[in-house]
Amino acid sequence: MNADPSAGIRLAVDIGGTFTDVVLEAGERRFTAKTLTTHDAPERGILTGFGQALAAARVAPGDVTVIIYGTTLATNLLIERKGAPTALVTTEGFRDSIEMRNENRYEQYDLGIDLPEPLVPRRLRLPVRERMNAAGEVLVPLDAAGVEALVPVLERAGVRSAAIGFLHSYLNSAHEVQARDILAARLPDVEFTLSSEVSPEMREYERLSTACANAYVQPLMSQHLKRLERILAEQGYRCPLFLMLSGGGITTLATAVRFPVRLVESGPAGGAIFASHIARELGLGGVVSYDMGGTTAKICLIDDGQPQTSRTFEVARVYRFMKGSGLPLRIPVIEMVEIGAGGGSIAGVDAMGRITVGPESAGSEPGPACYGRGGEAPTVTDADVVLGRIDPADFAGGSMALDRAAAERALTSAVGARLDLEPPHAALGVSEMVDENMANAARVHAIESGKVVEQRTVIAFGGAAPLHASRMAEKLGVARLVIPPGAGVGSAIGFLRAPVAYEVTRSHYQRLDRLEVESVNAMLDGMRAEAYGVVEPGAGGRELTETRTAFMRYVGQGHEVGVELPIRVEQPRLDADAAAQLRASFEREYHRLYERTIPDLEVEILTWVMLVSTRAPEHAAPPPPPQPSVATASGERSVLDTGTGEYRSVPVYRRDALVAGNRIEGPAVVVEKDTTTVVSARYVANVHPLGYLVLERKQQSVEESA
Amino acid sequence: MSNLSALERIHMQVMWNRLISVVEEQAQTLVRTAFSTSVREAGDLAAAVFDRQGRMLAQAVTGTPGHINAMAEAIVHFIAKYPVERMEPGDVYITNDPWLTSGHLHDVTVVTPTFHHGRVVALFANTCHVVDIGGRGFGPDARQVFEEGLNIPILPLFRRGEPNETLMEIVRTNVREPRQVVGDIFSFAASNDIGSRRLIAMMEEFDLDDLDALGEFIIESSRLATIERIARLPNGDYRNALTMDGYDAPVTLAATLSVRDDTIHVDYTGTSPASSHGINVVLNYTKAYTCFGVKCVVAPDIPNNYGSLLPITFSAPEGCILNVQRPFAVAARHIIGHLLPDTILGCLHQVVEGGCQAEGSASLWNVQLRGGPSVAREGFDGPIPEFEMLQFNSGGTGARPSKDGLSATAFPSGVRGMPVEANEAITPVVFWRKELRADSGGAGRQRGGLGQVIEIGGASGAPFDVLAMFERVYNAPKGRERGHDGAAGRVMLGSGKTLRPKGQQTIPSHDRLRLEMAGGGGFGDPLDRAAKRVADDVANGLVSVEHARDDYGVVCDALGNLDVAATDAERAHRRGA
Repeated sequence: MNADPSAGIRLAVDIGGTFTDVVLEAGERRFTAKTLTTHDAPERGILTGFGQALAAARVAPGDVTVIIYGTTLATNLLIERKGAPTALVTTEGFRDSIEMRNENRYEQYDLGIDLPEPLVPRRLRLPVRERMNAAGEVLVPLDAAGVEALVPVLERAGVRSAAIGFLHSYLNSAHEVQARDILAARLPDVEFTLSSEVSPEMREYERLSTACANAYVQPLMSQHLKRLERILAEQGYRCPLFLMLSGGGITTLATAVRFPVRLVESGPAGGAIFASHIARELGLGGVVSYDMGGTTAKICLIDDGQPQTSRTFEVARVYRFMKGSGLPLRIPVIEMVEIGAGGGSIAGVDAMGRITVGPESAGSEPGPACYGRGGEAPTVTDADVVLGRIDPADFAGGSMALDRAAAERALTSAVGARLDLEPPHAALGVSEMVDENMANAARVHAIESGKVVEQRTVIAFGGAAPLHASRMAEKLGVARLVIPPGAGVGSAIGFLRAPVAYEVTRSHYQRLDRLEVESVNAMLDGMRAEAYGVVEPGAGGRELTETRTAFMRYVGQGHEVGVELPIRVEQPRLDADAAAQLRASFEREYHRLYERTIPDLEVEILTWVMLVSTRAPEHAAPPPPPQPSVATASGERSVLDTGTGEYRSVPVYRRDALVAGNRIEGPAVVVEKDTTTVVSARYVANVHPLGYLVLERKQQSVEESA
Repeated sequence: MSNLSALERIHMQVMWNRLISVVEEQAQTLVRTAFSTSVREAGDLAAAVFDRQGRMLAQAVTGTPGHINAMAEAIVHFIAKYPVERMEPGDVYITNDPWLTSGHLHDVTVVTPTFHHGRVVALFANTCHVVDIGGRGFGPDARQVFEEGLNIPILPLFRRGEPNETLMEIVRTNVREPRQVVGDIFSFAASNDIGSRRLIAMMEEFDLDDLDALGEFIIESSRLATIERIARLPNGDYRNALTMDGYDAPVTLAATLSVRDDTIHVDYTGTSPASSHGINVVLNYTKAYTCFGVKCVVAPDIPNNYGSLLPITFSAPEGCILNVQRPFAVAARHIIGHLLPDTILGCLHQVVEGGCQAEGSASLWNVQLRGGPSVAREGFDGPIPEFEMLQFNSGGTGARPSKDGLSATAFPSGVRGMPVEANEAITPVVFWRKELRADSGGAGRQRGGLGQVIEIGGASGAPFDVLAMFERVYNAPKGRERGHDGAAGRVMLGSGKTLRPKGQQTIPSHDRLRLEMAGGGGFGDPLDRAAKRVADDVANGLVSVEHARDDYGVVCDALGNLDVAATDAERAHRRGA
């Protein structure tokens, strides 16, 4: 188990809804494989992909030094409601908190909405007499006989997994532990999830929802992971298997089996890690990671090489990706906004005569109209074809001819005819609207985090992103974009860059004016021990770093601000001066976010987070910029200009023919096997020594608008 | 509009989306920085952008209907008093006058002009509930608005960037939580600035000098789209009346909804006169929930703005409870206002195909508790901790024509509830129960949503007061099309004694406040509900074995095992009867 995940022959696999992506890296060499996901037995797709990558690299299974695995399987179990029969044992009087949610309609005007179905039906939400108060003191002792009496109920219902979640257990887990001990002794085949272990934070709905989700996916995920481990061993792989987590770190199989809910959305997390790595490599301070695929676009903010993280996430949204329509999970996640904007997103016209795009998607079957597979609805990809951004004869490396006439027909019937627009302008409308939606999502997401996007660099990957990145960047006022190579398997590459990491969270209420330094230190010691216990077995002796954050606010507010604790590795405890230092740090951060502080108001701390992680490798300074040189175009193509609404002929470059230092003046398009980069008239592209296309806004356009 | 080029039309649409995004950013800033529970936890706020004439162009979708549509009316009052021509950069205006904005003193509206090339091009505004405004506090017991707190007329909050210190001094002196209230007011102004900055960036990007053409485009497109929806409905007058508890006497809300080609007019003639206590509604707030009720049936997907609200008009006789004048008390006006959409849905049910959802619990059950020296001791000799707690709860919504109602879910209000754990952490109370209330959903082919039961006691056994403002206790939500009524609400002590649903009362030491919220009415004949679904509800404890038999004619045991033969016989017997 002591292999170093950053050296040797390294294999990553990302199981997505459609494709299973495999990346193998050996030193400087990289091999990739893309196979269809085998939903009935995901291991099969993995082995196929591994086989292809190993063959290309000419290595044997026994040579591989580490495997990192990220999967959408846990997410799918939740979306499709295909987990194991699960029960929830909870405090009497509160069995409905996961059904009552926050008593809100996520969409105000639609009288026909459906609320997300709870993972555990009411008949299996089993109340027990017990109660802690808000200080973690016992108000009503646990009714052990009442717990015992649940045994036949659980047996009769064929429950394989049970969550135990009591009020205020984040402060005192004694009753949850006691209840589990009673039940586990009688039900050896049932797996138990304690809310105080999986999500020890205040707010019963979110904590119990998380515990139920963990319990719900646990039996099938642990089966799958253990089977995969066995099959890999049979195939001759003798290296450790790590799992990608939603928080952006990787962890051991043992931890993944215990907290499978933390595997949710690990694919997109890998994408954000991929972008973070590029940000560090290129020394970019502020970055917007922009990943646009077939169905959705995901946007993540990265600062100093660190993606923004969060402790809340919503999975399995039932209504247009809308906030509040899914199941809340309180787990460490990379914070992203996801909107229904991908190449397959379907365009239409609403009652006001406005062009709409998404969130419905044509998917891969039947796909966009231009695929000629029976799709009749116009999609973003159809618009890109009509606008000349995608060459119908050279799509997916020429493996699939696209039907431009079909795209025009679809755009005319669903958009153009209603708005009296010719196909090119209908296409322009669709493209402008999807770019606008993504830019707006990015901007609102930034403001929610108290950040701005204008000064950032956009890193664009995923099949559809390079087509739309420069226009979205124009709308955001962003001056620089990076289009990495290998963007089609960005998530799997990200897995290989992820640190071994684990995050521990605790709710422990403190007010700064009466900070209990000793009790906080004792709690931090416990958190540190738990996090090291998880990380050390996978770290291969590498140096570990600790980040400790307190989530603080003015007394009376509802949203917290994360502030790093004033402690260091050599002095890992808070001292008597801590309150004053924390107040100063809090006010600095608050001022950064909201441009003011509020004098005389007390400050409180609700939540504490400890992240233990292997240190990110130091990047060598990027190689010096090569001599600028003029790239040679391979041809020309007629592309619609978003500024004038007219077609103009623009040069076409082949990405694989470009060399470091090549300079391409926009407007231009750069084609490669998986995607096409549109360089708009306002940008100039340079080929970086590491293979990146770097688009910089032309200086003159700044002067023009000034 | 047709004289615009294709490119210009596309740009108009893009800019419209951008405006909506801009007010969304403004709203997010409010949620993140507010102190008031109802703003930050419950989303009880409005944010919008207006043109120079005070016409609303876009609003954030996070707002609650009562605020947003009321604020839409407010801006003209600001520019009537302070004409835009005389506004200067750095000016910000404020009021909380119930008659000018959203109907009670707790809602503060802040307006900021946006300058571009030295000229006002737009106004950003927001309306938010502040944590306190002095007076009696948030409750229905006042008899005049003057008892309900500080009334700020339309005044400058900032003049050329200089804060109005005199006004702030008055506010600080008159409210219970001065730092939080003043902190909130300043953050309301800051959120408008965010909106202004974004708007100017957009105008620069698209090279606009003013919003005249864009505003026309938005208003006209929305107006035409709304008219097109109204035109689908048959002309006619449709009447409905709804009786509710009121403060100390029943209140009738009577509405005549008239569809005339391209307009809908709602007239409230026949509605009860104003109440002697603070549950009265001003015209702005009546308009807000009237428009909401009409829109969510007729044009739910058309964004709220001046144009989409234009074809919907209303009238209410002066002096009726929906159009009161100063000095009537108005603090708990949401109790009545929240019932207007149900009143209107009852009219529209007669018009729209398939019908409209049945009546629901509708009025939020806001639990306002107070501890401290003012609470009657009645023999308790321990300390009585001082606190104020406000918390939102919802009963069930009415069953829909093709779906069950939603249990414990707010409608028409758009607010969210607060976690029990979070409330207990900051308030010396213990929630002993907060769960669905079995058998409260009205029986029907589609079942009404269930209400909920809450029990709250003092953490140390100390007595505390409840400022009760609970509706639907004497008048249950009605079912439709043979659907049964939902269960009425109940307000009582844990020890069993019934409490008044409205007014300040004491919960004695070591006793509990027990609230049972109403369930929604059912839709359609209960005998038409599939027996399997009824049995499922029984297995889940939502419907008792007895109610399954009595209301639905379904015979099953507590585990939901269906007796098919007995059920068929029972149902056949009922249908024959």
